Amino acid sequence: MATQKHTIVALVIDKPGVFNRISSLFRRRGFNMDSIAVGHSEKQNISRVTIVVDGSNVQVEQVRKQLEKNVDIVKVTDITNRDTITRELALIKVHANSTTRSEIIQIVDIFRAKIVDVAPGSLTVEVTGDQAKVETLYKLLKVFGIKEIARTGYIAMTRGDNASI
Amino acid sequence: MKMTGSQILCESLIKEGVDVVFGILGGSILPLYDTLTQYPQIKHILVRHEQAAAHAAAGYARVTGKPGVCFATSGPGATNLVTGIADAYLDSTPVIAVTGQVPRPFIGKDAFQEIDITGITLPITKHNYMVNDPKYVAQTVKEAFYIARTGRPGPVLIDIPKDVQVETAEFDYSVKLVLPGYKPTIQGHPSQLKKAARLIGEASKPVIIAGHGVIISDAYDELKDLAEKTQTPVITTLLGISSFPGSHILSYGWLGMHGLAHSNLAVDACDLIIAIGMRFDDRATSRVNGFAPNARVIHIDIDPAEIGKNVKVDVPIVGDVKNVLKELNKYIEVKQNSDWLKQLEEIKAKHPALVISESEKILPQYVIRKIYEATGGDATVVTGVGQHQMWAAQYYTFDRPNTLITSGGLGTMGFELPAAMGAAVGRPDDAVWCIAGDGGFQMTMQELATIVQEKLPVKIAIMNNGYLGMVRQWQELFYGKRYMATPLGCPDFVKIAEAYSIPAINVTRREDVEPSIQRALEHPGCFLLNFVVDPEENVYPMVPPGASLAEVMEAPRKEVMSWPRKNTP
Repeated sequence: MATQKHTIVALVIDKPGVFNRISSLFRRRGFNMDSIAVGHSEKQNISRVTIVVDGSNVQVEQVRKQLEKNVDIVKVTDITNRDTITRELALIKVHANSTTRSEIIQIVDIFRAKIVDVAPGSLTVEVTGDQAKVETLYKLLKVFGIKEIARTGYIAMTRGDNASI
Repeated sequence: MKMTGSQILCESLIKEGVDVVFGILGGSILPLYDTLTQYPQIKHILVRHEQAAAHAAAGYARVTGKPGVCFATSGPGATNLVTGIADAYLDSTPVIAVTGQVPRPFIGKDAFQEIDITGITLPITKHNYMVNDPKYVAQTVKEAFYIARTGRPGPVLIDIPKDVQVETAEFDYSVKLVLPGYKPTIQGHPSQLKKAARLIGEASKPVIIAGHGVIISDAYDELKDLAEKTQTPVITTLLGISSFPGSHILSYGWLGMHGLAHSNLAVDACDLIIAIGMRFDDRATSRVNGFAPNARVIHIDIDPAEIGKNVKVDVPIVGDVKNVLKELNKYIEVKQNSDWLKQLEEIKAKHPALVISESEKILPQYVIRKIYEATGGDATVVTGVGQHQMWAAQYYTFDRPNTLITSGGLGTMGFELPAAMGAAVGRPDDAVWCIAGDGGFQMTMQELATIVQEKLPVKIAIMNNGYLGMVRQWQELFYGKRYMATPLGCPDFVKIAEAYSIPAINVTRREDVEPSIQRALEHPGCFLLNFVVDPEENVYPMVPPGASLAEVMEAPRKEVMSWPRKNTP
């Protein structure tokens, strides 16, 4: 079966154990989550979860339904085939010295990313964007040597007046 | 009024109509048991192993339709419940399991008898809770019962630390349930109902496949209406047996690996399946890509996740079976399927069910049939898992609703005796027959003690073939007759029974079968019959794993035996 990356958005009740319930379901079906991001939603006591996962439509639909059966999970939508905005934030600590520093700054400028920390041997870059942007910047900076990278995981929202979920 | 956590729990159970609990106590649940002394209206039945408490609660739940309740202490008490909880989960049985937990300050410290039971039972419960404050006990119990019995029923576990059982809080059971994530769909969508009615009208070879959902939803009359109005034969799943009268003219047996040959062939030949409260389990469908190749499928189920999971569905209807059928019956038109019914009669004549061969030895099929004849079908039959289960399903005619209680999804050997106990508690006026195998019986036979202590009049019939029979059958057919670890040394079951003061007979001759069943029936209390049956009798018909229903065998066939089947469950 052909697989593709799916973006799933879920509203869940903000209480202990909910993430265990979510990850347990993915584990049972043998899915490896590419990324998961969690934060408060516009509703009180409800968190919003964005999960990126690789799978066939049938598999992902089955997981979506199984997730939705969960008492602590309010709603689950697969927004893969909708017009969406997806964003991720990454902090990248890259090796830098007097000869490479300005080149790195130039690249960062082109990507409209930010230098958030400068140290004798490194620069820390903050970048926000969709998958292509973050990945491309990462590849370009890799040439200088990456000391450390931290990524938030993707969050997503559909375009237009209506809420995604 | 201020009460302790334990008192709140007991008061809440009473509000939920609980009058019996199965369990075993221990350190972490002692305060709750101490509180039980103040509530004589809750009868506690002491079992001999916690697994039996969960199975008994399930047996009770399945005959009464009310949630069954079991108690266990923390640690090993809780882990012993696990098999019973999993069994209830797979067979959609409402069970409330209450476990003691170590006091809050000890949680996470690997304290004595501490185990993360909510973590362990997460994938085998419909929902579970750890109650961290006595003020949440009432709300938790209310939610737990609501979740367990509504929608697709299932087990719910409540873990209560020992200190929460002792601390006090206000008791108020009028708390409103706020469950934004739990809204089971009850009514079928009208446009789907119309589509279904149209398919039923167009079909010339329809069958109904009725599952456990019909029983859970108490939709016997609605199912009968649908079948009779549209002259559609009713085939059941294993757990759907007794959802439709077995001797009804439209009853066409049950399908699956050991279902009746004519039932499987009917499903193979049909052009429409009306699947009602069933989930296309692999034991029912056999090889999915060869399942009912010419059929369109209407699937009625309360659980949306079951729709399209195993079989492609043309008209899905999510809703409660009773509600959906009631509405659907308004849209359908009376029709005759006389050509189809005639064709099925021919299939049936070519593949007769209930054939018991002549034999010097006692054949288990014969025993089952004689139990049916002696009881007149007016009994609740509880079975374990294996050959005896299949023979009971094949050779006993179930006319009364919900009279076969068996472990389907999990296939739990040892289910029979404790579940029969629970069934006997739930149906005190009914004859309860526990049909067991000699293997499964030895997994939970300690419960004879409970049966005696509670004076439960369970009739136990052991089909004793000296083997783990179903596994031996697979070894015979698919593993070159290498009987690794299937021959069983059995104790003398009559002596075992006598040790518990239970009257018992060894039955070794065919002519003694009927009189011994009669003796068991006439005895007012528990009675054990040890039928020494033909040790190598096999269950047929059989759809070999990896075959399609059409390839059902009524006797062994060489070429089928040699298929590679490493990828079949």
